[in-house]
Amino acid sequence: MATEVLPHTAMTLHDHLPMLQILVPFFAAPLIVFLGSRRLAWPVAFAASVISLVISWMLLMQVIDGGVITYHIGGWEPPLGIEYRIDAANAFVLFLVSAVSVVVLPFAKTSVADEVAARDHTLFYAAYLLCFSGLMGVAITGDAFNVFVFLEISSLSTYVLIASGAARDKRALTAAYDYLIMGTIGATFFVIGIGFLYMATGTLNMADLADRIGTQGGNRTVEAGFAFILVGVGLKLAFYPMHLWLPNAYTFAPSAISAFLAATATKVAVYVLLRFTFTVFSPAFQFEVLTLQFVIMPFALLAMFAASFVAVFQSDFKRMLAYSSIAQIGYMLLGICLLTETGLTAAIVHLFNHGITKAALFMAVGAYVLRNKDTFYNDICGMGRKMPWTSAAVVISGLSLIGVPGTAGFVSKWVLVQGALEKGWWPIATLVVASSLLAVVYVWRVIEVLYLQPARSDSTATEVPMSMLVPIWIAAIACIWFGIDTDTTLTAARSAAAGLLGTAGQ
Amino acid sequence: MFDVFPPVLVYLLGAVLLPLLPNAALRAGLSLLVPVIGGWLIWTLPEGNHAVVSLAGLDLTLIRNDKLASVFALIFSLAAFLSLLYAWHVRDRVQQTATLLYAGSAIGAVFAGDLISLFLFWEGTAIASVFLIWARGTEGAYHTGLRYLLIQVTSGVILLAGAALYWRETGSLAFEHMTLGSAATWLIFLAIGIKCGFPLLNNWLADAYPVATVTGTVILSAFTTKLAIYALARGFAGTELLIWIGVGMVLITVVQAMIENDLRRVLAYSLNNQLGFMVVGIGIGTELALNGAASHAVASVLYKAVLLMAVGAVLFRTGTAKASDLGGLYRTMPLTALFALVGSASIAAMPLFSGFVTKSLILSAAQHEHHYIAWAVLLFGSAAAVMHTAIRIPYAAFFGPDSGLRPHEAPAHMLLAMGLTAAFCVAIGVYPKALYALLPYAVDYKSYTTYHVVQQLQLVAFAALVFAVMMRAGLYPKSERSIVLDTDWVYRRLLPRVVGALSATMGAVWALVASAQERWLRGIILRLYRTHGPASRIALNWPTGSMVQWVAIVLGITLIVTFLS
Repeated sequence: MATEVLPHTAMTLHDHLPMLQILVPFFAAPLIVFLGSRRLAWPVAFAASVISLVISWMLLMQVIDGGVITYHIGGWEPPLGIEYRIDAANAFVLFLVSAVSVVVLPFAKTSVADEVAARDHTLFYAAYLLCFSGLMGVAITGDAFNVFVFLEISSLSTYVLIASGAARDKRALTAAYDYLIMGTIGATFFVIGIGFLYMATGTLNMADLADRIGTQGGNRTVEAGFAFILVGVGLKLAFYPMHLWLPNAYTFAPSAISAFLAATATKVAVYVLLRFTFTVFSPAFQFEVLTLQFVIMPFALLAMFAASFVAVFQSDFKRMLAYSSIAQIGYMLLGICLLTETGLTAAIVHLFNHGITKAALFMAVGAYVLRNKDTFYNDICGMGRKMPWTSAAVVISGLSLIGVPGTAGFVSKWVLVQGALEKGWWPIATLVVASSLLAVVYVWRVIEVLYLQPARSDSTATEVPMSMLVPIWIAAIACIWFGIDTDTTLTAARSAAAGLLGTAGQ
Repeated sequence: MFDVFPPVLVYLLGAVLLPLLPNAALRAGLSLLVPVIGGWLIWTLPEGNHAVVSLAGLDLTLIRNDKLASVFALIFSLAAFLSLLYAWHVRDRVQQTATLLYAGSAIGAVFAGDLISLFLFWEGTAIASVFLIWARGTEGAYHTGLRYLLIQVTSGVILLAGAALYWRETGSLAFEHMTLGSAATWLIFLAIGIKCGFPLLNNWLADAYPVATVTGTVILSAFTTKLAIYALARGFAGTELLIWIGVGMVLITVVQAMIENDLRRVLAYSLNNQLGFMVVGIGIGTELALNGAASHAVASVLYKAVLLMAVGAVLFRTGTAKASDLGGLYRTMPLTALFALVGSASIAAMPLFSGFVTKSLILSAAQHEHHYIAWAVLLFGSAAAVMHTAIRIPYAAFFGPDSGLRPHEAPAHMLLAMGLTAAFCVAIGVYPKALYALLPYAVDYKSYTTYHVVQQLQLVAFAALVFAVMMRAGLYPKSERSIVLDTDWVYRRLLPRVVGALSATMGAVWALVASAQERWLRGIILRLYRTHGPASRIALNWPTGSMVQWVAIVLGITLIVTFLS
């Protein structure tokens, strides 16, 4: 490890930031339950998110130049103790997750009041914070088993959150149950993979794992471990043929949860994949390169098209977005498969840009649900005139979803295309552009429904309150902002990519 | 932020402000003010590269001003002003805003110094202009608009793909002269070709333009195709292939323009035809030829505008633009008829009218460079243009057999717009030096030589004679049959057969291609629906079983791949 490792002499609050990043939301969750007040639940959750956002920004600023922070929990030295290890890659993810949470929560207040039964509100926000801290934990930790623990924390609370959509549609229960079964299978595979690694190396610390795997080289146990981890994480990130839990989960979850999960959960899983492929294992292993190129890449390309086609034919806005997410994950995986700095930059920056885009769109869905009860195309037709602000935000973020220049979506696709061309894989670049055309079709269908079809005669929809509009527009403006001011995101993503590859290079 | 104020921003600001104004006259006034301010900005814009912004690590040059760019930007401003004046009566916010955005994007594209900003404005023209077609409000217009949008956006996507490849190959995004050869330049060439109406890529033009609103067609005719001409002149001047493409454009549209009944569609074909002249000029690529292409673009924007305005006024007053339903309108619309005649004289390249001083540049260039076939085709095209547009339009609408219609004269603002445009046509013809001074290269050319004047007059006279003979003989397609035939039997027997057979074959081929395309597309969509639609296996709803099966399959594949390596 080339980076300097600071001994554990953390004395000031500032040195404890990595721990506070997790502890604040993690303790806020039981606090909500103990307080037991429906009125206090939301403010506590929001305050915890804001504090997390501030901390994650401070951490990001510390590591953006390529530095690494390590934090030893309880003063136990790794590999015995658990280590939190922050570099540009996970600081970026931490920032994305907490920023999305801060934007989505104000929106959630109104939306959740409408979609979730009132008596469940306290538990809802407690579960939300658990899910949030689970996702943050997955991103921050430097311990492979700890990843599993946090993954389970976030997953279990996610099942609860999805099931809480049952007040609106009972199918949320089956969706949550299905996801529970499949998510558990995924987590099991993941932990089996870690078990294999432990068997082969005798350590669980990621940096240590990397060292030992690096010196002893690949063997059957390590390879099997890699395969199991890949499949386990692949399931969590809705890697194409294992995506089947996602459409129902996103469709029947409360809209605020769909917005939060779409922008963060799969992104964190992508981060885990990045971490394992580039830090724990490395592209120096032939088996990894081959797996990426012959297993992941074909499926990623398939996802870009098959899921987009499915999205084209959907008649429900929310479900369409779910399928579009599966297609977009294909782009991120494709970027990873390029195994170059540009490709990784594309994957990481798309992770962020797609996160804000989908947050905006799913929040708009929530706005339509609030006024129309449903988001089938024949429920939301003509809303361009009745809900002009929401619909305008849909247009902006829809453009970003397509990847129109001037929007965030363009930046990531441009970098991805450049990455493919850099390797001389121009057919791949062509496929990226061609699949973007499918995005034009499915986004256009929504715009047509919103603007070119008359509203239903019995529609009484009006514009949603400011508490929802402002978060929607923050996300929509972010889509434009990060499409024009690309330095911030690209610098962070480049730095993250260089960090991941730099570690991998040794 | 910028060292100069980009003219496109004036249009954007205008488009933002305009929908907020409550009063229609105020809106129309603002929309007229925008091109004036924009034009003044363009006039005073210093040469060179300005307003460089950084996007995703790329430097975008929003303003690259030289004489080639400024002449197109100026004519676009003028066209925007004239057509907005013509559209004074329009109360529809959408059309007014779309017009400003459309003109602004076209001007922005002309000044774009790199391929990315060119792409942005390129798509801007596509998206803004489609609203002028949709504004018609009919079901047909909606579908036509969608087709139009699809083709235009595709052109933009191809341009972007070309730009990406170009960057990869050369490391530069600057939009400069390029040579055909690599995939990148071919893609860019193709993207421009679609907008320019190259043969076989041109069907959107005659499909969409006549479907727009009365004012929309006038506006559409000015920008998209001329922007493509500019892009060709900038990027591919001197590409020999263009000469043949231009020749093809001149030839392929002649028959269609002759047999079409809808006068606005006739003008669309004829527009496509005139583009062929400019493309030939760009293909020749000498200074004289490029000057010719640029000046012909200017002239053609103006005379095409005045003709479309006249036909539009007829449509506005009578509700039809079909040749078979019109005729004899000069009695009640004398001024409109007069302006249409000026437009006709200009497209016919009569001495003292604009077409004469611009078309002769291209013809001379072809002669100088010994492209005799191209020269002959252009000459033929000129004669045909005299027939199918210059004589036929006034004849069918204003003179010709009386239809019995007695509409009012066009409204005052339309007359004013037409009058101004017609005045420009004459002014350029009478005093070409003013236009020549704006052209990209210094002009040392005399258009009013005896040779040119006589040649052109002969051409026009001959074409007029042919038209008269065909009309008298009832040989011109879709003409009156009441006149007794007493002319040469060869023409009587031969020409109708040739024209009839040609039109029948072409029509049949087009219909066949169109229906095959439609069937094919429908088949693909149906098949996709079956495999990817909501009821398909891919979109299965409650899928734990299949999911677990996939997990096993993926794990199996991964294990095999890792173990084998």
